Amino acid sequence: MTQASEDHSAADPVRTIELVISTLLRAGVVTSLSVVVAGLVLSFIHHPQYIHSTTLLHQVTTPGRWFPHSLRDLAGGLAEFRGEAIIMAGLLLLIATPVLRVAVSIVAFYLERDWAFVAITAFVLAMLILSFLLGKVEG
Amino acid sequence: MRSDWATANSQLPTSAATVPAVLAEHLTIFQFVLITFGISVVAGLAGALLGLGGGIIVVPALTLLMGVNIRLAVGASVVSVIATSSGAAAAYVREHMTNLRVAMFLEIGTTTGAISGAFLAGRLPARWLFIVFSVMMGYSAIEMLRNRHEMGGHVPSDRLADRLRLHGSYYDQLLGKKVDYRVTHTSLGLVLMYVAGCVSGLLGIGSGALKVPSMDLAMRLPIKVSTATSNLMIGVTAAASAGVYFARGDISPLIAAPVAAGVLIGATGGSRLLPRLSNRFIRLAFVLVLLWICGQMLWKGARGA
Repeated sequence: MTQASEDHSAADPVRTIELVISTLLRAGVVTSLSVVVAGLVLSFIHHPQYIHSTTLLHQVTTPGRWFPHSLRDLAGGLAEFRGEAIIMAGLLLLIATPVLRVAVSIVAFYLERDWAFVAITAFVLAMLILSFLLGKVEG
Repeated sequence: MRSDWATANSQLPTSAATVPAVLAEHLTIFQFVLITFGISVVAGLAGALLGLGGGIIVVPALTLLMGVNIRLAVGASVVSVIATSSGAAAAYVREHMTNLRVAMFLEIGTTTGAISGAFLAGRLPARWLFIVFSVMMGYSAIEMLRNRHEMGGHVPSDRLADRLRLHGSYYDQLLGKKVDYRVTHTSLGLVLMYVAGCVSGLLGIGSGALKVPSMDLAMRLPIKVSTATSNLMIGVTAAASAGVYFARGDISPLIAAPVAAGVLIGATGGSRLLPRLSNRFIRLAFVLVLLWICGQMLWKGARGA
């Protein structure tokens, strides 16, 4: 890592963008990992039978068991401090990270006055938003 | 469900088929979480090195070994793709292993392709798609093997690559030097990424399996740069579809949590390893995995999945 940094000084515009994106990804990874693990630990604290009982697993491995799958459910679950809601919040942070990465890239390229790449990344973000909207209609 | 199990298990060697099936029946949720975490660490490690999502490990492991329903396994694998991508790319981008400009340019193709794929899903016969793309992957695998002496050869100049300043360099820890490379056939690469995006939207498979060969064979990026660049891109494609899986209730917290945690840790570890491994090793490992996916898809096509 250190050798690579020597070749690219911090003044290099591409280098600056790389550092911003890398920091963002790392922050996303660390935050989502901590939230997911915290939610998991809380689930086991609230439900000690998850640790002892050997008859519950098929409820987890087959569909039909309830867990939050809309933002409203999620907010409700978070308010009640439910482990699975906290896990879901962590997973959504994880899912949001790449989208945020694209959004931040637009700003970074804009600051570098790299218009071709401002256009490219803005188009990619637009496509991402479009696919979310289309997914909502379909789902 | 029962009969699915029987047919699914018949694909495995007998020892692997009998032991885990019995195990999965008598596990507590806690044990399930621990084992899933362990498998996911391996999936994240492999995914980070090869530029793949790790779904090829997560889905069969969850369904065949742990007895997880396929819908929930696929939901967890979408999470695993994003986790591999962010976990690995955090290091690759910093180390200049990822070609950021190439990744962002090609994302035009993968995102539009993914939307087209989702639109076309159900309108095209999945069976024939599986067969067509497995043949395509088999062909890529053979070509990638023939192309194993990648350092030599003349790279044709490409005006689009010049104008977008896509050429780059990376520091190869194993060779102990900075490797400069030139990018070529940019438009062809973009078309291939559109196809790759389409396939992942249509079949939910091959997020990285088609991206790496396209960058390797068409655009002539070094193999490590190809897998690292693919790693950054697969996260965006998967995030685009993750919303649908979440709304449908396919992302189950108790399954996806150990997958996400394991893959994030595995991918972070894998990203430390990549600069030290030889190009030859990465290429060979990738070709083997590609052949495996090719066989899997051929099997699905033949069975009429």
